[in-house]
Amino acid sequence: MLKKIKEFIIERLIFLSGIASIVFVLLIFIFLLKEGISIFKTVGLFDFLSGRFWYPISDPPKLGILPLIMGSLLVTLGAVVIAVPLGIASAFYIAEVASPRVRDALKSCVEVLSAIPSVVLGFIGMVTLVPFVKALFKIPTGLTAFSGSIMLAFMALPTIISISEDAINAVPRQYKEGAIALGATHWQTLYRVIIHGAMPGVIAASMLGIGRVIGETMAVMMITGNAAVIPTTFLQPVRTLTATIAAEMGETVRGSEHYYALFAIGIVLFVISFLINVTADLFLHKDKR
Amino acid sequence: MKNAKINVSKFNFYYGDSRVLKDITIDIPENRVTGIIGPSGCGKSTFLRSLNRMNDVILGSRAEGSVMLDGRDIYGRDVDVAGLRRKVGMVFQKSNPFPKSVFENVAYGLRIDGIKDKYFIEERVERSLRDAALWSEVKDRLRDNAFELSGGQQQRLCIARALAIEPEILLMDEPASALDPTATLKIEELIQELKKKYTIIIVTHNMQQAARVSDLTAFFMLGELVEYDITSIIFTKPSKKLTEDYITGRFG
Repeated sequence: MLKKIKEFIIERLIFLSGIASIVFVLLIFIFLLKEGISIFKTVGLFDFLSGRFWYPISDPPKLGILPLIMGSLLVTLGAVVIAVPLGIASAFYIAEVASPRVRDALKSCVEVLSAIPSVVLGFIGMVTLVPFVKALFKIPTGLTAFSGSIMLAFMALPTIISISEDAINAVPRQYKEGAIALGATHWQTLYRVIIHGAMPGVIAASMLGIGRVIGETMAVMMITGNAAVIPTTFLQPVRTLTATIAAEMGETVRGSEHYYALFAIGIVLFVISFLINVTADLFLHKDKR
Repeated sequence: MKNAKINVSKFNFYYGDSRVLKDITIDIPENRVTGIIGPSGCGKSTFLRSLNRMNDVILGSRAEGSVMLDGRDIYGRDVDVAGLRRKVGMVFQKSNPFPKSVFENVAYGLRIDGIKDKYFIEERVERSLRDAALWSEVKDRLRDNAFELSGGQQQRLCIARALAIEPEILLMDEPASALDPTATLKIEELIQELKKKYTIIIVTHNMQQAARVSDLTAFFMLGELVEYDITSIIFTKPSKKLTEDYITGRFG
């Protein structure tokens, strides 16, 4: 009898733990919706997303987040262009080319890289990269989208490398042997068989890296300059969606339009991250099938 | 031996410190099927994989002695290993088609060789599939993924893939061990056809299979070549007691 009660309690506890994450996600989403959706009554969804001016404290406030979306996209695009090729190439090096000793050393380094807090990366970027970019391009400020992209690429690299490497290692050894037995060189085996087999996982890794980049706040706030204007080049200050929320939430009046608008930005970010994760998931499952 | 395609002499192979092949000396004739039998772990697969240097990829492995193919040592210093493997094709125990279409699997070896001529590739793919006795079954399914074929068809596809680059020798590592009797029979019939054009070396766990398909049989045990002779002699009056014990099923 006692045993039965014990079983019952344990089962329920496990069930509650399992369901908890779903409940939390739902609660967060509901809260976000509840706080954010009311802005659309005054501004309208289309105007909110496509408005070219973000002057939240002027009178009347102008709440268009197009500059912020563009800022986020530009910084993310730059980071992707840097991090994805570099990450995939280094994953291939670690998984297929490096000797066991080099491989272990590199894997530890990648782990260390992922352990660096983003504020520290932002700080390092601020004192080293920003002046460098300023001097290199002879521009008035080094706080640009370009600087942000470089630092974000560092943050996305560990994710891209480690997940890509898993995908490469998951390519069955028989494929590799089959290719080698047909007289393929190491490079041909890599290029024609292993990349092909690992592709879904590598794409998923890149998507997760992008997800990490778009949600990153601290470093971009420190080094992108935070000017809410629609950027025309990479060498210009930009402001991202995340940095806007972080910078302005503390200064806004609870219940004001500005306050609701920040929550609405949160919804936009949530939707973007969600789509990216779903896409990554689709590729990962394609891999498993 | 006359018409020997491969002369192996005093060949030793090591994985790290363990010596898995001991002083193997054997001549393998051209256009014949040479079967290699022996209990698990006797080194027969390692021996087979030494003939196209597939063991090279294993870290800490080392070869000693010589393997002469048409009079040239394949372990010589300036040997083009990829070229060697094009000359010495291989079919594995577990069929391993690539996750590509039937057509692309067979065309793979040609494509990595840099051949771009579409008609040449089509013609060669068809001929290889015919030679592997698979054409009639897949001619309408060339664009299908290779994984949609049955197990036996996949193995014949791997044979076709190996044939497409026109090797001179075909190494087969227990090619039928994962197949049902019907599919096995087809592979065995195919081997009889293929030996007209190729020198075939087949490792098998199944002694009846060795008796059925091979002209010569080599018996390996614990890394040594115990006996090597014409198949009918090995199976009827072997000269070594160990061979007799093995083929009569007293161990292994």
